[in-house]
Amino acid sequence: MGSRWHNYSHLIRMAALFVAGILIFLVGRSFFVPADFGVYWHYRAGALDDARARPIRFAGQAACVECHSDISDLRKTARHAKVSCESCHGALATHAAGDEPLKPTRPNGKALCVGCHTKSPSKPVAFPQIDVADHAGDNACIECHNPHAPKIS
Amino acid sequence: MDAVQGYMYPNEVELQWSILIVLYPFITGLVAGAFILASLERVFNVHVVKPTYRLALLTALAFLIVAPLPLQLHLGHPERSLEMYFTPHTTSAMAMFGFVYLWYLMVVLVLEIWLDYRKDLVLAWRASRGVARWFYAVLCLGVDNISDEALRIDDKVGHTLTIIGIPSAFLLHGYVGFIFGSIKANPWWSTPLMPIVFLFSAMVSGIALVMLMYMAMSKLYRREIDVACVDKIAQYLFYAFIIDFTLEMIDLIHRVYESDESFRALDFMVHTRLFTSQIVLQIMVGTVVPLALLAVTQLFTIPSATRLRIYTVAGVLTLVGIFAMRWNVVIGGQLFSKSFLGYTTYKMQYVTREGLLPAIALLIAPFGILWLLVRLLPPWAPEPAAESGVVGKATV
Repeated sequence: MGSRWHNYSHLIRMAALFVAGILIFLVGRSFFVPADFGVYWHYRAGALDDARARPIRFAGQAACVECHSDISDLRKTARHAKVSCESCHGALATHAAGDEPLKPTRPNGKALCVGCHTKSPSKPVAFPQIDVADHAGDNACIECHNPHAPKIS
Repeated sequence: MDAVQGYMYPNEVELQWSILIVLYPFITGLVAGAFILASLERVFNVHVVKPTYRLALLTALAFLIVAPLPLQLHLGHPERSLEMYFTPHTTSAMAMFGFVYLWYLMVVLVLEIWLDYRKDLVLAWRASRGVARWFYAVLCLGVDNISDEALRIDDKVGHTLTIIGIPSAFLLHGYVGFIFGSIKANPWWSTPLMPIVFLFSAMVSGIALVMLMYMAMSKLYRREIDVACVDKIAQYLFYAFIIDFTLEMIDLIHRVYESDESFRALDFMVHTRLFTSQIVLQIMVGTVVPLALLAVTQLFTIPSATRLRIYTVAGVLTLVGIFAMRWNVVIGGQLFSKSFLGYTTYKMQYVTREGLLPAIALLIAPFGILWLLVRLLPPWAPEPAAESGVVGKATV
């Protein structure tokens, strides 16, 4: 009987290696996977608190309109009516809260405009789009267009 | 923007899956095909292909080691790939790849190669000295028992492993086809036939590769080519290719006959942007020509030297055709808009992470690994006079 097992010894060692590999994996898993992983679904539950703890950076459209109603009124009549202030001016929660005397930097007009208005066959035909070099050359968009009411009357 | 024609949704203009994702099914296909060829000898007792048995296993291993690298390069952050094992997402077919891969690598290939080479390794262990002795002792797990009974047990376990390995090889490549076939939003991919077509094309490419490798290795090591063996492999290549081509034609006829809302868009794509890679490379150069060449060798009596040359040409064209097939699936599936109203172009990069250069490096890498494996574990008994390291001297 002993010699019979003797012929299996290499296989038993190989099996032991596999078992050791699985054990190392399980130990590694318990070490690397956070305890609260999967409490709600396939993510670390604590990530929700982490996300909640991050400061809010955007003030929201209503906060802008409180002080800048003149601009808001102008925009209401124009094609950019539904583009929110912070889409172009950036996140301005600290500005709106008055926590610091922050004067928002003026956006780089041309770079911002071409992001939406460069001609592309993938855009709906009715969407205003231009070949930038042909349309404006080296001129800045705001030399002709008011970004809050872009149509030239 | 000249690359875009008609209407594309903005997120479709640039292709997300590059040439690296073309390589991935190509390489896994070679693995599965090579293993299935090896199993012919072991399970189905086709003894005439025995000279390629070990080479097929080593080829499969060399390519399997490289198989996940295109994915790692494509995704970036290789350190995160461990997450796939630690927190497996059971509802994602892609996320289960890690387990399919690990199973195939460790339980099927490594174990089978180890069992098959154990006698050689033990003999090498006994014959060597110094560091090599330690190395072989570790590979043998410290057991030098190569009694008849122990080897009989090895053979039995190896046989069982091959039987497990066949469905595993089918699973490995069927799974790759499944990933594409199950994407219902993409009519170019979404067909239940996809896993089966992938599987048979895998067999075709793997058999062709092993056939070419066997002939190349024999030339390289100045060994006589066993023509009967290559004839048999070419015969299997021919049969597998006929089934593969038939399945692809069934898919095509089904698409033409069904003519669903996507058909005109896909048909236009095949006649324009995919014409060279699909009609010319995949179907004509990569399928019809090698099939005709193989048919000629089956139907007519041709001198063996000419026959081997025909097999070489057919094998190379087959690999080109299967690579083109992967290209047409992966790249073709991203060239048309889901609106069916527009087409984009794949602009291949060169010396970037997902460019042509890393793709070429990844295609060469398995041959480097195979060269190393062949030196370490010679797939054939060496000539008595030839010196090829310790294993060479020890093998009978």
